[in-house]
Amino acid sequence: MTLLLDKPTSRVAPAGKAPYWTMRRRDTLAGWLMVAPQLAGIVVFVLVPLGLVVWYSLHEWNVLAGTFNFVGAENYKAMASDARLGPVLRATGLFSVGLVVLNLSLALFLAVLLNQKLRGTVVFRTLFFSPVVVTLVAWTIVWGFLLQDNGGVNAFLNLFGIDGPNWLRSGGTAMVSVIVVQLFKNVGLNMVLFLAALQGVPAELYEAARIDGASAWARFRRVTVPLISPTILLTMILTIVGSLQVFAQIAVLTQGGPGTSTTVLVYYLYQQAFQFHHFGYGATLSLVLFLIVLVLTAVQWRMRRRWVFHEA
Amino acid sequence: MRLKLLVYGVLLVCCVPFVFPIWWMATTSLKPVSEIFAFPPTLLPTSPTLEAYRQVFELQPFGRQYLNSLYIALVVTIGTLAVSALAGYAFARIRFRGAGIVFVIVLSGLLVPNEVTIIPLYRMFDTFGLVDTHWPLILIPMLGAPSVLATFIMRQFFITLPAELEEAGRVDGLGRFGLFWRVCLPLARPAIGAVAIFTFLHSWNLYLEPIVFLSSKQKFTIPQALTQYVDAYGGPMWNTQLAAATLSALPVLIIFVLAQRQFVEGLAQTGLKG
Repeated sequence: MTLLLDKPTSRVAPAGKAPYWTMRRRDTLAGWLMVAPQLAGIVVFVLVPLGLVVWYSLHEWNVLAGTFNFVGAENYKAMASDARLGPVLRATGLFSVGLVVLNLSLALFLAVLLNQKLRGTVVFRTLFFSPVVVTLVAWTIVWGFLLQDNGGVNAFLNLFGIDGPNWLRSGGTAMVSVIVVQLFKNVGLNMVLFLAALQGVPAELYEAARIDGASAWARFRRVTVPLISPTILLTMILTIVGSLQVFAQIAVLTQGGPGTSTTVLVYYLYQQAFQFHHFGYGATLSLVLFLIVLVLTAVQWRMRRRWVFHEA
Repeated sequence: MRLKLLVYGVLLVCCVPFVFPIWWMATTSLKPVSEIFAFPPTLLPTSPTLEAYRQVFELQPFGRQYLNSLYIALVVTIGTLAVSALAGYAFARIRFRGAGIVFVIVLSGLLVPNEVTIIPLYRMFDTFGLVDTHWPLILIPMLGAPSVLATFIMRQFFITLPAELEEAGRVDGLGRFGLFWRVCLPLARPAIGAVAIFTFLHSWNLYLEPIVFLSSKQKFTIPQALTQYVDAYGGPMWNTQLAAATLSALPVLIIFVLAQRQFVEGLAQTGLKG
């Protein structure tokens, strides 16, 4: 097959007979062959499982008993009357909103600082980025250790006579702790994307704004933000979708507790399916997760037309 | 000058939550148990010991688990590069019948994170007797949803290459695969670098999939193994966990510091720029 395709594309055909392997046909064959592994992968590992999620949500599936029975809308009825679902969705929303707001603000703040043409910014950039390459669970474990009741954070506070809370075990602080751990892990990534965008803003624009008498804040608000808005949108989409997938941090730090205060949807789904063996109900929750991702992406896509600045 | 000092001051303070945990992880792993919760805390171990590191290997087949993580991440990275470079090239440079619809199908993978499909995926691999093997950890990231971003980055890169480049190749008698392999791929180093880094870290960090699919300690990957160092009451053995964590983090950190320019700028300059 490769031999055939690698043949020079001379189109000198025997007289009176059109060649079957025209350039167009060759390209179609080559194109299909090249996308085949990816296409097959998406069908087998994404689309078929997605269809199965719908199918399973209509069934009660007991692994231990080996039964798989059609139950119609039972799982959906169970979901409607699940008293824990409300708190779970609230925790999911809190985590995502908190993380996205803090992450984008901090990333932009650090990028602006690093964009001041100072010596040694490469060192700082490296330091801010380094948690990105630290094993996620390793990072989570250290923070878990630091946030213990008698851990490093409280010992530090103690030096100033402050009696810190048991961060991971009290309702008010567990969610904040989980968000902060995730924030410092990955904010370097968005920071680097912002930094690249900032460096692409032409200096003449700032100069012009300054001549017009714009203050530093006005220059940031009216020049910088519009020009880097495509990057803001991109980092926002990546961070939101990423925040909905958070699992390891919850599993290691709080196991969803105390109560359900940090039980985000993915963790709840995992508990129902793989700890309580309610696979049918787990599949129903998976659909909820999918719908959330779908709706958020659609909303962001619409917002893009509204406020993302495009060069004409 | 004042302003400069202020910026440096703010930067230094900002560094603490990024750098201190890594420092704390490495130094605590060298402290004896009696010292890890000492008050006031000791920034450097007063009586350093390698006891925790001995336990890391004694309590679990950690060397084996380390190799598992490493070979899985390498296979996934190489596989993803092959799959995404081929598909990205085809989407960017070949006008073929059906390309539009195939591209939409592939992009749909961005909307379906693995967390959504983990239950059917578990059942599928169970049907083929592949639970408690490394196959799911290799096949799903390499061909499924996580590989879509890689294909997208590759496509965004290949689209920027000038058409004359391939015309010259055609004159020299190259076919489609020749153009891909000899002309375009060698130019794609920044994109390949970014995809490789992303993919490796993604596989290296994977946690949900290992704990769903793997049950025997010999087959565990590092993230899963790290949480298994617990005492008889299920409480974490901190210095042992942190020693294992240090072992998992240090090599990647060292590679990163040595090659930070390629890491950071590669990521910033590829299709991800938006």
